Amino acid sequence: MSEPLLNIQHERLSFFTPAGEVKALNDVTIQMYQGDVLGIVGESGSGKSVTAYSIMGLIAHNGKIIGGTIDFNGHRINELTEKEMQKIRGNEVSIIFQDPMTSLNPVFTIGNQITEVIRLHTNKSKKEALERAEELLNLVGINEPKKRLKQYPHELSGGMRQRVMIAMALACEPKLLIADEPTTALDVTIQAQILELMMELRQKIDMSIIMITHDLGIVASMCDKIAVMYAGKIVEYGKTEDIFYNPKHEYTRGLLRSIPVLTEKEHRKLVPIEGTPVDLLNPPKGCPFAPRCNSCMKICLREMPEYTYITEDHYSACWLLQKEAYMKGGENS
Amino acid sequence: MGRYIVKRVFLAVVTIWLVATITFFLMFMIPGGPFLAEKSPSPATLEALNRKYGLDQPVIVQYKNYMLNLLKGELGESIKQRGRTVGDIISRGFKVSARVGGISILVSVLIGVPLGCVAALNRGKWLDNLIMVVATFGIAVPSFVISTVLMLIFSIKLDLLPTYGLTSWQHYIMPVIALSFYPTAYISRLMRTSMLDVLGQDYMRTAKAKGLSQFKMLFKHALRNAILPVVTYLGPLIAYTLTGSFVVEKIFTIPGLGNEFISSITGRDYTMIMGTTIFLASLVIIMNLVVDIAYKIIDPRIKLK
Repeated sequence: MSEPLLNIQHERLSFFTPAGEVKALNDVTIQMYQGDVLGIVGESGSGKSVTAYSIMGLIAHNGKIIGGTIDFNGHRINELTEKEMQKIRGNEVSIIFQDPMTSLNPVFTIGNQITEVIRLHTNKSKKEALERAEELLNLVGINEPKKRLKQYPHELSGGMRQRVMIAMALACEPKLLIADEPTTALDVTIQAQILELMMELRQKIDMSIIMITHDLGIVASMCDKIAVMYAGKIVEYGKTEDIFYNPKHEYTRGLLRSIPVLTEKEHRKLVPIEGTPVDLLNPPKGCPFAPRCNSCMKICLREMPEYTYITEDHYSACWLLQKEAYMKGGENS
Repeated sequence: MGRYIVKRVFLAVVTIWLVATITFFLMFMIPGGPFLAEKSPSPATLEALNRKYGLDQPVIVQYKNYMLNLLKGELGESIKQRGRTVGDIISRGFKVSARVGGISILVSVLIGVPLGCVAALNRGKWLDNLIMVVATFGIAVPSFVISTVLMLIFSIKLDLLPTYGLTSWQHYIMPVIALSFYPTAYISRLMRTSMLDVLGQDYMRTAKAKGLSQFKMLFKHALRNAILPVVTYLGPLIAYTLTGSFVVEKIFTIPGLGNEFISSITGRDYTMIMGTTIFLASLVIIMNLVVDIAYKIIDPRIKLK
């Protein structure tokens, strides 16, 4: 296969707080190819946003990558200077944030904010940039784009503002678009519209998307591959159908059990995952999910399992799989 | 916008009328009068003087007369400074005070705003701490202390700057420093707080994600949002600083307006008290209107009603 567009290898990232070192990412490895749509799911604090932000160098000043490498589109991201990073941000990789209500600067017009990014990364004149901005607003399905360009963010609805954010992110036709829970702050009908728009645009522009969400419904409909994160680690990675129909990690199974199913006649009880996420200030020695896991074994508390490859691109870190793998290996030999 | 300004001007007239009325009656409730001195004039002289200035009439009649004159734009003659009209004294004093005050405000903004930004950007580091210590000092130390210390160092010890008057540019240095110390400190603290708030906003993260340089992020995206509290503070500050400071003008012997405020009250110079009060009130009202309009220009979300 060709060079991956994004190749994160064994990334470790910590935040240094007054209370101590918060190990936000523990050995994260992700590979993405041109055109892939990857979903990263996990609960709050699992490191899904941090992973994405570290690709763009948007980590807060007290956060540091302390190990591993990030290669994106021919750049070794973790070794770039701030100046070099500025050329990539908004140009080769862009991001859409969770809350469109607060993500646009209230004191500048929409036109100003869109043309700003166009003029920053291209040699377009002011007039050309405005024309491109109008084109972009058309592309993201905003009516009367000429008028909108002169409006301020507070004059637009939440859904419209998220469309503007998307227009802004797509302005320079990035190779990779990161969507950090892009629909969490929107109501359901608008959510569907925004997701549909993203999928449509992905085909038009031929870009890859990283979809960060805790909504499994969204990943099921949008993503080719899914990374399930827990406590700063990818505990299971695989194609969407692998994750949904053949989940291997107890945490993934737990997540799937906690989705309500509307089609069932009987009222099936939702099964929550008991317990609370681990304290990343003092992560446990073994598997971080072990204290909440129903199938926890002694070894789980002592040692972190390696990845077991179920297929070439479906792997999971769980001792149960190691046992299975071992037993399979035993049968074969 | 036009309608809004008309409405505000109407309100301003009402406010000034209220201020004038309240001041007028309060003034006559203070014991004493303009002609009382250590050596009081004879009763006959006093009566003649009172008659001359219309002070022998009932207060309500005097009030009516004053207001009618005010409508014509006349502030009358000063009772204590014979032969000079109140308007004349105010305009002469204001020219001097406004020049010193105007420079001070400019200095305060030009130093206070960058200092606050620098402190915010270096939050928690030694530079931030240093700036905040100096700012706290600037707020805590009164202007007469600063004035005297400045004089002691630059005039007496180093013999660099003149101590009184306003005849050359060197004369401006110390009064301007004394006057701008407090506002500079205050503005830098305001600026730091609001800048910290703005830097944490989501739209700053968006700006960074676009690939903007730190400089552009700060000066385009952050400053315009963070400057609002400073603008609010500037309105009344400009009004009060332009009309002069009694303390600083006394110490540096500046023939400004600040002096007239206090001496008119201690001398019961009734027409001067009214004149200076109405002048200051008008200036405050005008500055507040200017601030509100500036607000609308800076932040389009603000609606003027």
